[in-house]
Amino acid sequence: MAATQTLAEQLRAQGVSRRGFLKFCAATASLMALPPSLIPRIAEALEAARRPSVIWLSFQECTGCTESLTRSHAPTLEGLIFEAISLDYHHTLQAASGEAAEAARLQAMRDNAGAYLVVVDGSIPGPEANPGYSTVAGHSNHAILMETVEHAAAVIAVGTCAAFGGLPRAAPNPTGARAVMELVDDKPIVNISGCPPIPMAITGVLAHYLTFGRLPELDAYRRPLAFFGESIHDRCYRRPFYDQGLFAESFDDEGARQGWCLYRLGCKGPTTYNACATQRWNGATSWPIEAGHPCLGCSEPAFWDAGGFYQAVSVPPRVNAEALLGAGAAGAALGAGTALAARRFTRHEQQQREPVTVEALEKRL
Amino acid sequence: MPTLESIAPVGDTDTDALPPLPGPLVPLLHEVRYALARLIDEGSEHRIDLHALPLNTTLIDQLLAFIGRGEVEARIDAMGPTRIHESATPGVWVVDYRDADDQRLALHLEIASVPQILRTDRATLNAGLQRLDAGLAGAGDPSPPS
Ligand code: SF4
Ligand code: SF4
Repeated sequence: MAATQTLAEQLRAQGVSRRGFLKFCAATASLMALPPSLIPRIAEALEAARRPSVIWLSFQECTGCTESLTRSHAPTLEGLIFEAISLDYHHTLQAASGEAAEAARLQAMRDNAGAYLVVVDGSIPGPEANPGYSTVAGHSNHAILMETVEHAAAVIAVGTCAAFGGLPRAAPNPTGARAVMELVDDKPIVNISGCPPIPMAITGVLAHYLTFGRLPELDAYRRPLAFFGESIHDRCYRRPFYDQGLFAESFDDEGARQGWCLYRLGCKGPTTYNACATQRWNGATSWPIEAGHPCLGCSEPAFWDAGGFYQAVSVPPRVNAEALLGAGAAGAALGAGTALAARRFTRHEQQQREPVTVEALEKRL
Repeated sequence: MPTLESIAPVGDTDTDALPPLPGPLVPLLHEVRYALARLIDEGSEHRIDLHALPLNTTLIDQLLAFIGRGEVEARIDAMGPTRIHESATPGVWVVDYRDADDQRLALHLEIASVPQILRTDRATLNAGLQRLDAGLAGAGDPSPPS
């Protein structure tokens, strides 16, 4: 159940002073590329903001996305924002298990109908796929997803698997893996792609939602522009070498030692939109290109099937962008109308949802 | 006898010694000038986040060198350090927000009489009063003056 504390009360309870709170607001504005003149309004909104209920669903995934968020060094801005939500369901992090865990999810859905956020990591075997490839409490991922999002205010697809299908979708896609936005077409969806995604991008979207009660501005792939508005190549510190035509040709040649551009070693920076070059990784210690490795393009659709990681980009990755962009194009206003039918739905959903049976699995194998 | 207003602030106020101003910084300083004029005329404050602008560290250093340092410096320890100094132009402050690892979160030019983060709000003042009262009571003065 979402706590009744406001965010400001929650931060104070964690020993954050008024000045710490103002700093939190300044950092949030900077993070989301909002004008700093908005800081007093951000402070006002966050003072009064109630902690939103968040249901986190994990499907075909490796838990790297959760690791990305929870392994950040404390006390950090992202840690504080993550603490500021009421995380009512998360397989890996919750204490409850089995039926009690599923009961917590249904309870959170009932108590916060129309207002809760669903975070998804992992891809989902589509409705036509064998449901046995991935189940939660005996039910297919698809059934759990559709049940949970029905009364959600918005859905946040975290990581490239949830956003675009990810590695489980690599040819020949044995599990029929699909992206959230291909399955959910009547909710606002934001994709925070990356394998894993940058933790500040996850918390930046949550902070924006806490402050303004809506999702931030998105690109054509529904990624927040504040983090995905520029390519890796646009902000890469090796760019002056690219512009001068100075390239490393192997990982241990003179060019590599001089820190020249990694384009000929397969760098996908020119076609990849993400914030690694500015946010960096591991407490802003470094990032892949700074460590001497080309960008793999992990935040782009179909990066997994886009040819060799060490082949220079000459043609765009084989992306079925049309299908992805067309999928679920009709987003709905946050929470609109969803609370109305809420009282009846849980029991109804539980009755409708069919557990996966051995017969069903055998039939589809 | 000089009045209080006629005493110049201490600081780097010698305009002949100003370092050169690179072209990309000129519009930014016009924004600062406009904001300062508005602060004087209307009392409205303004902030510019240098960290969010496409300025490299060299340009930021050149800007900070150009605006110089005034006589006020402060440091706040809350969720990591925040370092504040007044520039050589009174009313134009540099506020450098850092996290616990000393990584920059935001770098503001704040055009205000006093930066917002330095002001103490009412709730914090009340907490201070309660703390003092508790201290006085603990020191054997059960009824501190109200
Ligand atoms: S290393 Fe990659 S991202 Fe950086 S300049 Fe070269 S091609 Fe662009
Ligand atoms: S540098 Fe490229 S491959 Fe590496 S994490 Fe960033 S976007 Fe992904």
